[in-house]
Amino acid sequence: MRKTVSCTINGRAYTLSVDVRQSLLDMLRELGLTSVKEGCGVGECGACTVLVNGRAIDSCIYLAVWAHGKTIRTAEGEAADGRMSAVQQAYVDAGAVQCGFCTPGLIMTSTAFVERHRGRKVSRQEIRRAHAGNLCRCTGYETIIRAVEKCLGRQAEMPSDDGD
Amino acid sequence: MAVGKSVTRKDAAAKVTGRARYTDDLPMPGMRWACYVRSPIAHGRVVRIDTTAARRLAGVEAVFTFEDVPDRPFATAGHPYALNPDHADVADRRLLTGHVRYQGDEVAVVVARDRLTAEAAAARVAVDYEELPVVVTAEAALAEGAPALHPGGNRVNTLRFEAGGKVDEVLERADAVVESRYRTPIVQHCHLENHIAYAYMDDMAHIVVVTSTQIPHIVRRIVAEALELPLSRVKVIKPYIGGGFGNKQDVILEPMVAFLTLQLGGVPVKIDLSREECFTSTRTRHATVMRGRAAAGRDGSLAALDVEIFSNTGAYASHGHAIMGASCTKSCNLYPRTAVRFAATTHYANVPAAGAMRAYGSPQVIFGIECLVEEAARAVGMDPVAFRIRNVARRGDVNPLDGHELLTCGLVECLEEGRRRIDWDARRRACRNQDGDVRRGLGVACFSYGTGTYPSCVEIAGARLILNQDGTVHLQVGATEIGQGADTAFSQMVSETLGLDCDDVHVVSSQDTDVSPFDTGAYASRQTYMVAPAVRQAAEALKGKILAHAALMTGQAAANLDLRGGRIVFAGTPEEALLSLSDLALDAYYHKQRGAQLTAEASCKTMTNPASFGCTFVDLEVDIPLCRVTIREIFNVHDSGVIINPLMAEGQVHGGLAMAIGWALYEEMLIDEQNGRIYNGNLLDYKMPTFMDIPDLGCAFVQTREPTGGYGNKSLGEPPIITPAPAIRNAVWDATGVKVDEIPMTPKVLYRYFSGAGLL
Ligand code: FES
Ligand code: FES
Repeated sequence: MRKTVSCTINGRAYTLSVDVRQSLLDMLRELGLTSVKEGCGVGECGACTVLVNGRAIDSCIYLAVWAHGKTIRTAEGEAADGRMSAVQQAYVDAGAVQCGFCTPGLIMTSTAFVERHRGRKVSRQEIRRAHAGNLCRCTGYETIIRAVEKCLGRQAEMPSDDGD
Repeated sequence: MAVGKSVTRKDAAAKVTGRARYTDDLPMPGMRWACYVRSPIAHGRVVRIDTTAARRLAGVEAVFTFEDVPDRPFATAGHPYALNPDHADVADRRLLTGHVRYQGDEVAVVVARDRLTAEAAAARVAVDYEELPVVVTAEAALAEGAPALHPGGNRVNTLRFEAGGKVDEVLERADAVVESRYRTPIVQHCHLENHIAYAYMDDMAHIVVVTSTQIPHIVRRIVAEALELPLSRVKVIKPYIGGGFGNKQDVILEPMVAFLTLQLGGVPVKIDLSREECFTSTRTRHATVMRGRAAAGRDGSLAALDVEIFSNTGAYASHGHAIMGASCTKSCNLYPRTAVRFAATTHYANVPAAGAMRAYGSPQVIFGIECLVEEAARAVGMDPVAFRIRNVARRGDVNPLDGHELLTCGLVECLEEGRRRIDWDARRRACRNQDGDVRRGLGVACFSYGTGTYPSCVEIAGARLILNQDGTVHLQVGATEIGQGADTAFSQMVSETLGLDCDDVHVVSSQDTDVSPFDTGAYASRQTYMVAPAVRQAAEALKGKILAHAALMTGQAAANLDLRGGRIVFAGTPEEALLSLSDLALDAYYHKQRGAQLTAEASCKTMTNPASFGCTFVDLEVDIPLCRVTIREIFNVHDSGVIINPLMAEGQVHGGLAMAIGWALYEEMLIDEQNGRIYNGNLLDYKMPTFMDIPDLGCAFVQTREPTGGYGNKSLGEPPIITPAPAIRNAVWDATGVKVDEIPMTPKVLYRYFSGAGLL
């Protein structure tokens, strides 16, 4: 069965006919948005992260039909007019990119995080918690945290543990 | 000077914007999906297989069983071809098998027009098995009367050697001898991009394979061997790849997709493994059990190391026959004034095949050695750092096994730097006499590693440089970018030698075996070292051609000219530009009487293999009632020679540290010892560390200048994973007084040890 979905993707309005069983991941990739990566297909790795109405979600476990009426953002759309976004640039500068397979998804998680915390200094623990749904096997996460800190500034952390 | 600078990664912009194309981002019209039919049991023989129902499903184009594939065993390990047949890899695989050897083994394959149909059809292939007894551990696999997985039995090989003295004699008269048994788990690489490959034919004869691989030229050879085709009929294309860590230094899907397109008239056929299949049916890290002894003198000398190790290579050999040899011999550079003896047995078992994984057996071997060395230090009452400094390699030492002199070695400096950074003495004092629930400890461990595979294998690398019409250059190499930053390092070398800005050096990141220079690929932390001489020769040759053309254009003697920052200058007055490289290039291409396309190419063999060194320091807390380890500080210090790109080098260290923390504390593929069932083959149940599980990571470098290398550098990609686990184990011992001799040190394991020691 197919249904019509109207949504905004990277600032452009689309009306699409989708299979009701299809994931948002597949719908976006079929449109050529191949920044949306599949690392597991079942919500474990975060490689498929996109923003739906500003919130980071795993597009592999989000039905395409749910996108109706929503605003979707992917890593492609963050580089407008040939310029990378501040988050993308921070990843490049911090050396937070290696194989790059986790990167577009992480960029979107960081983008949502940075937008939500704009003007605020954040702790490393807050960054970790907000990114915990995105796996990366190459970087050990350290440079990704630095990239996010670069965008927001770092909050002095309490010397003792915050006990998770 | 571009070498030594943190220039921006060549592919960073492509990757943050999602424009970098990986195998699955390169679709083809009419792509067919293939899906394996896998064994639900760990050991057995197919007695009946019925594909009728699968074939009947609309959209299914073909079904092949183990009876339909060539009955020709082939080896999958990603090694260069061995001229000496005695050194050939173990050929124990067929495209499909009727004798299943692990849960997930491949008995048939279905090709359909789309993924869902292929999966549905694979589920309809009916297979009856005769079950065979299952062996999972070394003990069971090597026991008398154990069921043989392969015709030659379950022992793949045993390697023995002794060097630097008579170990038995040293043990006999030593002041102290310590002895222990260690165990390391099966873990998985967990690269974020699963294995994926597709193949098609573009004429009557040639097969094109597009694949996520670290070793395109080797894939070409092995596909040809498996299908008994001339090598030149296979072409392999490697796009961007989403991590490999050794799991793509193996030939896994490529022979099958090549076989399928050949059978189906050249249509494109793809296999895209699920995460679950990637866990069970690609490769893993070998589980090991080790019995070790160490002898120490009251003078602080480490007199002997005696190691017996069993390495579980699972259902198929893959790299298993080579890994223990590589890792045991590489460790001989660590304590070169100590007598050492190794006996390493590799065996089959009914578990997923183990293969190459970051540092190729060295983490397992060094885990045991660095636990033993810790015990030896304690046995003679010495501080663990001081004991190591007393015994580790120094420049000028001679490797007791191969007789090579260490031309560079900064290990003592690494240990001293680590001790200073972590404030070892003061913090250790603070850790004494603790009796609370939460106790703090410090740990250290050190390693030696190689740079490449010589003399076990040939070391060959190629580079081609082309001057473009606009004065920039293109670099083609056969070495592969797999995330480690190789392309960028090569561009820095070109920039350094040619006298051109890094931005003007474009590296062709994709390999195509029809056109890319020959190179065996990304493994053994070899590329930056092995490619350096080829890049250097090509760059020097191109520079010579450029200056010769400049001489033609300007009437000046080439010897008086130089290339700096993309401009031709007088060597004596480099500030003044005589000619821009772009003007020169246009002239070389289009002048009607003089010039040519200016290119240079080099292919170099390397006959050296310098050792790299380093260590881990860790400061951690153990919550005894919760059986939980919290790392407060951890860093590695490396001697990898000259650091080509500090920021990227740091990234390699972080990645290795994090992967090692996972190995030390969290990760293990759980397999039932009775029936070989795999319990946690997915990212939910298998504990790969998330952001929450990895602490702040640190690193430092002690730079030496390796005289045998083109730019002074030595290996770095794999080494960072080697020492964190033993350092963490030694710190847990320091904190709690309990010697944990197995990893991962999960709460469950720690509970067993802590209650055994009366702490709980
Ligand atoms: S692909 Fe969606 S979470 Fe892994
Ligand atoms: S950069 Fe490779 S998984 Fe994150």
